[in-house]
Amino acid sequence: MSVELPIYFDYAATTPVDERVAKKMCNCLTREGIYGNPGSHTHRFGWWAAELVDKARKQVAELINAEPKEIIFTSGATEANNLAIKGVALKYKNKGRHIITSKVEHKAVIEPCKYLQEQGFDVTFLDPEPDGTIALDKLEAAIRDDTILISLMHVNNELGSINDIAAFGKLAHECKIIFHVDAAQSAGKLPIDVRALHVDLMSFSGHKVYGPKGIGALFINKDSKLNLVPQMHGGRQERGFRSGTMATHQIVGMGEAFAIAKEELAKESARLAELRRSFWDKIKDIDAIKLNGSLEHGAPHILNVSFGFIEGESIIMALKDIAVSTGSACSSDTLELSYVLTAIGAQNEMAHGSIRFSFGRYTTVEEIDYAAKLIREKVAQLRSLSPLWDMYKQGVDLETISWKGDH
Amino acid sequence: MQYSEKVIEHFENPKNIGELDENDPRVGTGMIGSPACGDVMKLQIQVEDGIIVDVKFKTYGCGSAIASSSYATELIKGKAIEEALKVSNKDIAEELDLPPIKLHCSVLAGQAIAAAVQNYKEKNNITA
Repeated sequence: MSVELPIYFDYAATTPVDERVAKKMCNCLTREGIYGNPGSHTHRFGWWAAELVDKARKQVAELINAEPKEIIFTSGATEANNLAIKGVALKYKNKGRHIITSKVEHKAVIEPCKYLQEQGFDVTFLDPEPDGTIALDKLEAAIRDDTILISLMHVNNELGSINDIAAFGKLAHECKIIFHVDAAQSAGKLPIDVRALHVDLMSFSGHKVYGPKGIGALFINKDSKLNLVPQMHGGRQERGFRSGTMATHQIVGMGEAFAIAKEELAKESARLAELRRSFWDKIKDIDAIKLNGSLEHGAPHILNVSFGFIEGESIIMALKDIAVSTGSACSSDTLELSYVLTAIGAQNEMAHGSIRFSFGRYTTVEEIDYAAKLIREKVAQLRSLSPLWDMYKQGVDLETISWKGDH
Repeated sequence: MQYSEKVIEHFENPKNIGELDENDPRVGTGMIGSPACGDVMKLQIQVEDGIIVDVKFKTYGCGSAIASSSYATELIKGKAIEEALKVSNKDIAEELDLPPIKLHCSVLAGQAIAAAVQNYKEKNNITA
């Protein structure tokens, strides 16, 4: 079987909409379809749309063992995170002003927390372990009498490392602290049972699970009896937690995507884990290569690899037929090295050459084989250009050199 | 990063890759940058009768760093060393149409030329 180029290995950034999903979405747009406002209670157009939204809410809930009424649709996981974090902080600020999160969270968690810092909240950003996970004892040690919220991710988007959410949740509840989890990367990849995980709030994204962009959801545990300060005010849709006309086609798309994810999760996760392992097996003997995160305990779809002594953006350019992402400073608009790799203590000459490969529903064995071969070739080529590689081969310790032209 | 075709051409087919003998008195070596910043350029010139007769480079860095050093070697080959020093980072940036955030790559290339010339002069006790 031939390989179609370019190859998409960036499923952790986004996924294509599944055709089955797109079909359902298209049915909610035009005059022939269900175009009514789900909030219109006075006629059938509205009722039909509301029916579809109800179904989608149930589909999202079923993937995570929640009840439909516990699902609030938002514009994406970013908004869900903002609603959870700012909504809790502003509601419960009189009980305490301390929040715990980590240094390797997604920006959609870190930035709301920084915003709250400016508003007078005290935020602890926990250091990760070298594999990118958060240690339970460090979390426990950070808890104070005035801690009102813990927000930690399920799966790290750069490394694929998996946190022990159930243990964190149990601890949080013993200490009567609200527990929020960003599950944008784990939904559809790992089984999620919100009851067993003891979470109060959990954020989801549609487009990471073969649904459309521009839609996400926040799970709000009914047993936690939480109140949140809404971040969007208006017509009091979504039980007042999130105003704004419900986007029927987006919601239907997310619902269908989550239903398919539930259907295929066990089989698909096993297949992805196998592809990931096979890919690593084909490249792991490259000299000065390092897997960031954990092979055994990582999410099935993400593999973060450092190629020592070559720079990430140059690797991406050399691999132009493979769509991947990098934590390299040179590819970003800010020239800052990935804060996640920095937080796990990666050395410069390794961190700058890190690439995130992420696989998905349409990844084939042939693509894995083709990419592995190309990578071996291109890494060797770039190393033949690298003065650092020469020094490494000559046994020079790069730490001992006094570098000129630091900028 | 969307690069100009010239950057891509230099990146895919870099000119004058390699090394010259550092111990040869005719050879000047300049190394600029640091692993922490993600760019290290090593540029070497071989000088005969004040003329740069050969240039080699190796670069650790992003696509534009590799392209900038490749183009820099092309620019100075065959030039008198004093002429080579006149090559400015602007010459490199304009030719390669570097995006603003990558201008430092052309600055590094200019510094690498200067460092190589300085090293050659020091080895041969040339002042001024």
